[in-house]
Amino acid sequence: MSIDLSQFFDVFFEESFEGLDVMEAELLNLQPGTEDSETINTIFRAAHSIKGGSGTFGFTSVTNFTHVLETLLDQIRDGRRQLTAEHVNLLLQSVDCLRGLLSALQAEEEPDLTESSELKAQFDRILGNEEQTLQSEPQSSTPEAETNTYQIDFKPHSHLFKTGNEPLYMLSELAELGDLETHAFCDGIPSLDKFNPEDCYLNWRLYLTTTQGQSAIQEIFEWVEDDADIDITLCGGLFESEVPEPQAEQSEAQVQNAEPKPSEQASKKANTAANKVPSSKKSSESTSIRVGIDKVDSLINMVGELVITQAMLTQLGEQEPTEQTLTALQEGLAQLAHNTRDLQENVMRIRMLPISFVFSRFPRLVRDTSQKLNKQVELKLLGEQTELDKTVMEKISDPMVHLVRNSLDHGLETPEERIKAGKDPVGQVTLNAFHQGGNIVIEIMDDGKGLNTEKIKSKAIANGLIQATDDLSPEEINELIFRPGFSTVDEVSDISGRGVGMDVVRRNIQSLNGSVEVNSAPGVGSTFTIRLPLTLAILDGQLVNVASHTYIIPLISIVESLQINIDKVSTVGNGLEVLRLRDEYIPILRLYKLFNHDGAIEALDKALLVVVESDNHKVGLLVDDLLGQQQVVIKSLEANYQRVNGISGATILGDGRVSLILDITGLIKLSGLKRPGSQDLLMEKQEEEVTT
Amino acid sequence: MMTEQASINEQLVLTNREGDKQFLTFMMAEEEYGMDILSVQEIRGWEEVTAIPNSPKFVNGAINLRGTIVPIIDLRVRFGLPRVEYGPLTVVVVVAVEIRDNTKVMGLVVDAVSDVYTINEETAKDVPEFQGSENSFFVQGLVNVGEKMVVLLNLKRILDLDENHNEQLVVGG
Repeated sequence: MSIDLSQFFDVFFEESFEGLDVMEAELLNLQPGTEDSETINTIFRAAHSIKGGSGTFGFTSVTNFTHVLETLLDQIRDGRRQLTAEHVNLLLQSVDCLRGLLSALQAEEEPDLTESSELKAQFDRILGNEEQTLQSEPQSSTPEAETNTYQIDFKPHSHLFKTGNEPLYMLSELAELGDLETHAFCDGIPSLDKFNPEDCYLNWRLYLTTTQGQSAIQEIFEWVEDDADIDITLCGGLFESEVPEPQAEQSEAQVQNAEPKPSEQASKKANTAANKVPSSKKSSESTSIRVGIDKVDSLINMVGELVITQAMLTQLGEQEPTEQTLTALQEGLAQLAHNTRDLQENVMRIRMLPISFVFSRFPRLVRDTSQKLNKQVELKLLGEQTELDKTVMEKISDPMVHLVRNSLDHGLETPEERIKAGKDPVGQVTLNAFHQGGNIVIEIMDDGKGLNTEKIKSKAIANGLIQATDDLSPEEINELIFRPGFSTVDEVSDISGRGVGMDVVRRNIQSLNGSVEVNSAPGVGSTFTIRLPLTLAILDGQLVNVASHTYIIPLISIVESLQINIDKVSTVGNGLEVLRLRDEYIPILRLYKLFNHDGAIEALDKALLVVVESDNHKVGLLVDDLLGQQQVVIKSLEANYQRVNGISGATILGDGRVSLILDITGLIKLSGLKRPGSQDLLMEKQEEEVTT
Repeated sequence: MMTEQASINEQLVLTNREGDKQFLTFMMAEEEYGMDILSVQEIRGWEEVTAIPNSPKFVNGAINLRGTIVPIIDLRVRFGLPRVEYGPLTVVVVVAVEIRDNTKVMGLVVDAVSDVYTINEETAKDVPEFQGSENSFFVQGLVNVGEKMVVLLNLKRILDLDENHNEQLVVGG
C-alpha cells in the first residue's frame, strides 16, 4: 500500500503559489548593488521549498527548473556572484514560468516546457560563465568539471515513507545527473506475516558517474538526511564492491561534505517546514481561505466569554426568582446579546481579506509595463489593510489591472514630456482603498496629463455618440470614455487598446453592484474612483417605515434625522422640495413616491426626514417613522431577481421577514436629482424610463 | 403480490423511456399547466411577501427561503389573467431554473397543484400562433393526457425578467 500523495497536492500548490508570490514581491524589492542578504535568503528559501515539494510529488519539470534558479540564488547569497538587473529580470520571468507550470500541473494538464527550457538555457549560460570564475577561486574542495564515480550507500530508515518521501524519485533524480547503476539490497525484507507495507525495507548501493560535484548528490538526499543513512564516497572503479562502511565514518563523511553553514540552516528550515505541511493538513478543500491567527484568537476569546455568560445565566436560572435575580438575569441577557453580536461580526470577518491581496500584484505590473513604455513610475499603495469580501476581491482585480494599465499608458507622460511640463520625471500612480458608507472605495490616481477632453469629444462626435451641437461639461465628456466602443487610442499598443474598453471595466464593476467614475484635470492627472458594496458584510442599519414597508438605511450614510420645520421648505424648479438646514439646502426625496407606495404620510411636518450623505452630496429621505437600529447581514437580491434601482440588497429581520436595504447613491440617481455640474444623471434616468 | 411488483416495474420502465419526462401540473383559471418536475424545488403555502419597489406588476415581492431572498411571481398576472384572492389552496411552487449561466430560484403563485404526469416531450404539439397573444411565448407545447390538455411551460422564458433579452429571444426565435 502506498500513500496517496495526491491528497497533499492542494496544500503543495497553495504553498508553492504563496512561495512564488513571496519571491515576486521580494524580487521587486531587490535593487542590484544594494541587495540585502535577508531578501535573497527569503527568495532562496521560497525557491527551495518549491523545489523540495515538487521533488516529493514527482513534478520533475518544476524540480529541474527550480534547481537552476536555486543554484544562481545560492551563488548570489554566498557572495560568489554579483546580482545584476539581468538576474532580477530572469528570476521574475522564472517566477511567471513556474506559476504557469504549477497551474498546468494543478489542472492536471501537461505543462508546456518550452518557456522553462528557454529560461533554463539562459540560467545555464549565466551559471556556465560562473563555473569558470568559480574554478579560479579556491572555493570548493572537490573539482566540479571532472567526471567522477561516486559510490552512494543509501539506507533509508524504515519510517521513510511516513515522512512523505519516495526513494524512487531520488533515484531518478540521481540518474539525471549522470550514469547511474543501482544495486538494491532486499535482505531486510521480513517474512510476509511480519511485513508492514508502510515500512521501507530496501536499501541501495548506487554508483553514479557524473560531472557534477558531490554537493549536487547531497542536495538530492537533503530531504531525507534525518531519515536515512547516506554515505557518499568518491571511488575509482565502477564495479568495486565493498561491504557498506560503518556508521561512524558515514557521519564523518557527512560533516566533511557539509555545505556552507547558512545554506545548511536555510535548507533545514525549509526542510522542516515542508515536512510539517503534509502532516498538519490532512484534508483540504477545493477553495480555502487563509485567516489571520488574530481573527481566530479573537473568536476563541469570544466563545470563551459566551460560555461564561451562559454559565452565569444557568446559575441565575437555578436561584429563587427575586427582584434581585431578575435584574441580574436582565443584565446577563444584555451581555449575551453583546457576545452574540460580537461573535457574529467576527465570524463574518473571516471572509474579509485585506485588499493588499489585490494590490500586491501591481508592483510587478507597474514595473513591467513602465519598462515596456520607457516611463519612470513610482507606485504608491495606500489603505492596503482595508478589508473586502473575498468574492468581491477576486472579481475586482481585472478591472483594476485595466485601469492601472490605462493610467500608465495614456495617463502618464514620458520623462521628457514631464520635464518639459515642469514635473518630476518620475510619474506617480497611487492606489488607495478605504471604507466609506458601507462601501469600499478604490481610487486609482495618476499625476499624468489628464484626459484630453477635446479629443474625446471629437471622437464621440465621429462615433455618433453625441451631436456636435451638444453642450457638454468636461465631466460629461469624461464620462463618455465608459461608453461601449469608445477608444481614444490612435494606435493599438501592446499595453492597452486591444479592444477591451472602459465599458467592459464599467460593466464588470456594475455587475458587482458597484460604480466607477473618473475625475480628470488637464496637466494634473486623472483619478478613477471605484465604489463597491461589501456584498457579504454586516451593516449597521437604521430601520425605517415607509407606508408600512420596512426599509433599512445604512447607518453610516446617515448624517442626522429630524422633524421638518415646514417654514424652511421651499420648492424650486420642477417641484423639487428643498429644506434649508442651517446653511445648506437639502433636497427632499419622498421615498414613497420613488417606490410607488401608497398610504404613506405625505404631510412634510408629520413625517420624518433622514438626512443622508453620498459623494459629498446630502439629501433628505422622507420616511413615516424611525424604527430601531440593527446589524443586518446583506443578502443579494440580484442572485435570484435582478438589480433594483435604489436598493443595494436585502436582509432578513429578526422575525424572518425580508427587508430591503437602501442604496443612497442609487436613490439619488433614481430621483433624477442633478448633481452639480452633471447632466448625466438626468439623462440616464430618462434612458431607464424608456427601457422599463 | 408478484403482479403488483411487476406492474410497478413496468411503470418504472415506462418512465425511463427515452424522451419521457415527469411534469408537475397545476391549475390556473381552469387550465392545466405543466412544468418539468426537475425544476421544482418545493411547494409552499402563500405567505406575506416584502414588496420590491418599482418591480413589474407580476412580481409580488420577495420572501426569505431559509436565508435566501426569493422573488415571488404571480403567474396569472405574468400571463395577463385576472388576479384572484389568495386562499388556502393558493400555492407557491419554488423552482430553480438556469438563466444565462445563473441558477435563479423563484416562487410561482398558482391556484392549485394538480398532478404529476409522465409525458413524452416529442408528443407535444406546437402552440398555434394567435394574433396578439404574448402568452404563446411562455409555452413550450401542448400535450394531451387522456381527455385533458396540458400546457407545458417554458420556465426559462417565464423567469427571465430582462425584457430586452426576451425581445431578442422573440426576434431570434
